Amino acid sequence: MKTVRIQYFALLREQRGVGQETLATAAATAGELYAELRSRHGFTLPADRLRVAINGEFAPWDASLTDGVELVFIPPVAGG
Amino acid sequence: MSFQISSQPIDLAVLRNALAHPHAGACATFEGWVRNHNDGRPVLSLEYEAYAGLAEKEGARILAEACAKFDLVAALAVHRTGHLQLGDLAVWVGVTAAHRDGAFGACRYIIDEAKARLPVWKKEHYADGVSAWLNCAIRGGFSTAAGPPSGPPTG
Repeated sequence: MKTVRIQYFALLREQRGVGQETLATAAATAGELYAELRSRHGFTLPADRLRVAINGEFAPWDASLTDGVELVFIPPVAGG
Repeated sequence: MSFQISSQPIDLAVLRNALAHPHAGACATFEGWVRNHNDGRPVLSLEYEAYAGLAEKEGARILAEACAKFDLVAALAVHRTGHLQLGDLAVWVGVTAAHRDGAFGACRYIIDEAKARLPVWKKEHYADGVSAWLNCAIRGGFSTAAGPPSGPPTG
């Protein structure tokens, strides 16, 4: 198990009900973690509509998670 | 040269002064305003939320790309967060170059890339009391907004 910190924005923040959380997970990759959280919290967006950032930078879904990392799952953007 | 995410109103005079430079012969700016409709629905207001740290990093990359492509003197941009009302300035882009072609092209490039790439989200509040995050709709497990935004309320 490793401990990760997650920040939520926009639709994911509303569906999770909090802006951030720290949790223990056995997920090996960012993609596995999102799948775990999606089934736990009923997130409507599938991973293929999201991007992920690890420690403040865009990262691939198969990036390995290490203890203490900070993740942000990025819903479809709509700036401007 | 910076792309700023701001929870405060954008001060145009300060930005314009920051662009001033004796090498600059052209200045192009773009303002994205909150408008009162989107996809045929009346819109009352907009909420913007941003992952500010990454948005500013990605924004700086976009400005650097524009400088490389268009031979700019300077480039600056600001995107608002928070609850904005109709007519409010949501995003501002300003560039200077020796000549107008580069300035026009760069301004367009920056706003197009910013809309596509910055981790910024927009929630529309409609006249019928409903609100929704743009581009995040899902129906029957399939995307209802798989393509690019069909008509965001600004820009």
